[in-house]
Amino acid sequence: MSHDHHEHDHDHDHEHDHGHGHPPGERHPFQPDLEDGPYTWHMALADAVEALLLEKGIFRPEEMRRTLEDIDSKTPANGARLVARAWVDPAFKARLLADVNAAAAELGIDAGPIPIRAVECRPGEHHVIVCTLCSCYPRLLLGAAPDWYKARAYRSRVVREPRAVLAELGLELSEEVAVVVHDSTAELRFMVLPERPAGTEGWDEARLAALVTRDCLIGVARPEVPRA
Amino acid sequence: MRRHHDMGGLPAGPVERTEHDHAPWEKKVDAILRLLVAKKVMTLDELRRGIEELGPGAYDELSYFERWIRSITNILLEKGVLGVHELGRAIEAAKARRAAAEACPKTVPTA
Repeated sequence: MSHDHHEHDHDHDHEHDHGHGHPPGERHPFQPDLEDGPYTWHMALADAVEALLLEKGIFRPEEMRRTLEDIDSKTPANGARLVARAWVDPAFKARLLADVNAAAAELGIDAGPIPIRAVECRPGEHHVIVCTLCSCYPRLLLGAAPDWYKARAYRSRVVREPRAVLAELGLELSEEVAVVVHDSTAELRFMVLPERPAGTEGWDEARLAALVTRDCLIGVARPEVPRA
Repeated sequence: MRRHHDMGGLPAGPVERTEHDHAPWEKKVDAILRLLVAKKVMTLDELRRGIEELGPGAYDELSYFERWIRSITNILLEKGVLGVHELGRAIEAAKARRAAAEACPKTVPTA
């Protein structure tokens, strides 16, 4: 596709007609995001705050763009890679349990400046994470938390009746399995290191990583080997 | 005294598996916060304090990133980074830009 007509230098005055005028002396405004649904007051507030902070030079447009790209690059696949490596390499697992951020850096993953601690599931001991006070989550490693993680029901109840909450989310644990709940803070986040499922002997890391979903990293699911 | 955001251990309804992909405006709010923290204009603790100060109704009436942008705005006003009047003008300008952008496709001439 040719974009020739867009490749000219935009330093000239915007005399050509866009079908909507700009007040004289103003830069061409950013194209608003056209989304489904109405433009709410909070969307306008976000655009207004962004415009003022750009205007005041608090940050630059290219910093905004890079930050948005960075947000999109963080996904649960990062956590799955760490888990798969830990499953095949006991020395790496020890380093992961000692310092997630440093272990992630070994794999070229930037887990951000906030410390993350890995909590290990073992036979008879299951781990699950929450943030009762707000919504702390290892988002600089795994991307955004799901809505239910941030909602009242999960935050209130998982520390009181974790077994019932896990069952509601589809994970039934027998009474013999102890459940350990970790309440995150702004200064310390957690991720779950699940148990490697039986029947995966000899699998390579990529195949193992595919078993590790976001919910496994929160501790509300366990990796499962798909039935053939 | 337990404040409204301190909900750990309280009774609540069933956990519903709600999730959605973040809309562009939600990512923008996230990016604004990250940049303000990186530039040391505000801290995460201030964001949380601002959310807690929105009051008990905020959790039921506002969405997650609506709470964030309200808190961010209040903290920036409090610090004098933004002024009330310029913010009001900027909100009106944002609405006008949106209205103009939405009008654009409808001005395609018909033969």
